[in-house]
Amino acid sequence: MSDVVIETHDLTKRYGGNVAVDAVSFTVGRGEIFGLLGPNGAGKTTTILMMLGLTDVTSGSVSVLGHNPAREPLEVKRVVGYLPDTVGFYDHMTARDNLNYTAALIGIPSAERDQRIASAVDRVGLDAVQYQQVGTFSRGMRQRLGLAEILMKQAAIAILDEPTSGLDPQATAELLEMIRTLKRDGVAVLISSHLLERVQSVCDRVALFNAGRIALIGSVPQLASQVLGGGYHVEVEAEGGNLAATLLAVPGVKAVEAVGPGRFRLLAEGDVRPQAAAAVVNAGGQLRRLSFEEPSLDAIYNRYFQSQAEVQHAA
Amino acid sequence: MRREGSPWRGLSVVYFRELFDHLTSVRMLVLEFLVVLFGGAVVYFSAEQVRNTTAEDPWLFAPPGQTLLSFMVVLSILVPIMAIGLGFDSINGEYNRRTMSRILAQPIYRDALLLGKFLAGLSTITISLITLWLLVMGFGLLRLGIPPSAEEMGRLVVFLMVTIAYAGVWLALAMLFSIVFRSTATAALVSLGLWLFLSLLWPALAQLFGEVISPSDIRFAMLGLPTPDTLAWQQGLARLSPGTLYGEAVVAMLNPDSQSLSTLLAQFQGRIAAPLPLDQSILQAWPQIVSLVAGMILLYVVGYVVFQRQEVRA
Repeated sequence: MSDVVIETHDLTKRYGGNVAVDAVSFTVGRGEIFGLLGPNGAGKTTTILMMLGLTDVTSGSVSVLGHNPAREPLEVKRVVGYLPDTVGFYDHMTARDNLNYTAALIGIPSAERDQRIASAVDRVGLDAVQYQQVGTFSRGMRQRLGLAEILMKQAAIAILDEPTSGLDPQATAELLEMIRTLKRDGVAVLISSHLLERVQSVCDRVALFNAGRIALIGSVPQLASQVLGGGYHVEVEAEGGNLAATLLAVPGVKAVEAVGPGRFRLLAEGDVRPQAAAAVVNAGGQLRRLSFEEPSLDAIYNRYFQSQAEVQHAA
Repeated sequence: MRREGSPWRGLSVVYFRELFDHLTSVRMLVLEFLVVLFGGAVVYFSAEQVRNTTAEDPWLFAPPGQTLLSFMVVLSILVPIMAIGLGFDSINGEYNRRTMSRILAQPIYRDALLLGKFLAGLSTITISLITLWLLVMGFGLLRLGIPPSAEEMGRLVVFLMVTIAYAGVWLALAMLFSIVFRSTATAALVSLGLWLFLSLLWPALAQLFGEVISPSDIRFAMLGLPTPDTLAWQQGLARLSPGTLYGEAVVAMLNPDSQSLSTLLAQFQGRIAAPLPLDQSILQAWPQIVSLVAGMILLYVVGYVVFQRQEVRA
């Protein structure tokens, strides 16, 4: 993550009186998967379009591999692959012809074109259907074809806008796996999504958007400890004795919450599963289940904006 | 802010793809069908007419006397339909298919996309028109048995070019509407509506408005002459319609002895009606030709400006 490929500084976009993107600053490093997450209409797509030079910047600056997208859009678009929200292709043309057209627009020499398209199509698993009309493709296949376009372009940066929306769980998993392979090639990936849970597993760092601003930025564990405090949740299901008191006495446990009969939720400073298990057994209890809760982005997001709302109410 | 990189980059790629798309589309098949149908009909009626009268100037394209279906009338209807048919969904179609942002994310400027589409549309129409033109000439040769003279050929070539410019006006208009309206149906409807208005209603309205702006003088009326000021207004207003300009240019080119353009001159100077040579005919039609080309460029530029300022987000 040493060198920076995308850098924005106080990036702002206004439509008339409406502020769509408000002083957004972040950086994306080489080979990093960065998530722009937040609800629809939070300004994610507008931020992306400004990075591509497809919409004007009201104020602030954005730099993509050292190029200013507003001044040198061609240079930027040569190195950036973009998969728009619900990507479209020419339905009456084959997948191959669609890629051929973009390859010509990119300016890939015709000698290399066939080979590059073939290997890209192969990597996304569309080689069997590459001579079929795109009209017959499912949504997941279109998204993969869009990804093939980025691979063919040999882009240094891939910008994916809502790549998983409208996909079934299996197609989502396949797509996320392909995104991971992009990272392995050293491509910086920027994913925008409103489905926090789905993409959190692939993102190295995320920026949580709300109403045009970045509310939180950092890796998921960092955000978890920042927002949820303490961070680790362990769920215990056991019976017998006064287990709540026993569990609270375990070193590292800060709070115990009874969430049901024989079910406790521990807030701890670390992974206290071994100690908790030992404590339950020593107190003569019967241990049924012990689980460790990964901090979820949804929880972080909800908790953060809940507390923001409370602050506003109080003020 | 100055942008770097050539706006022409990708132009030929867009042009050839669009041209290929047009030529292989079902729409083109329909247009070709219309071309053959109308070509055949025109030749039949014109040739009958010419056979019944004489076989002299101006050959087949504007036969003397009244014909049921002259080539000029057919073209003034067919050309706008072809142009609107090719242009009404050129830009909004890309948005609706959601291909626009993907294409514009490639290293090309919007200039290349718009110009490539326009030139491809114009080339498609040109191909159809040349086909139709050659068909009519070929059938005509077979049916009349008299080849056109060199001067007639010259007139016919200029006529073809004027027709292409006329097609360009309608294509630019249809593309402008395809930029302004996100729905292809709206764009098609507005283009066709405007065409109907300009070709059917506007000539009558121009007469009316001319009379309102500059009422006829009783002195001229008593002599049975049109008032020069009124006539100038009426002609000027009528020429806002590309159809009127096209009609005047074609009449000047194909009817060398026509006086329709110079009614005033003829009346005031008592000009003797005599066929004009080719270069004089071109001179006579020149303002109309320039106006058609200027109209095409103007409409294209308006569309270009709107397109450049448009948000790509669908």
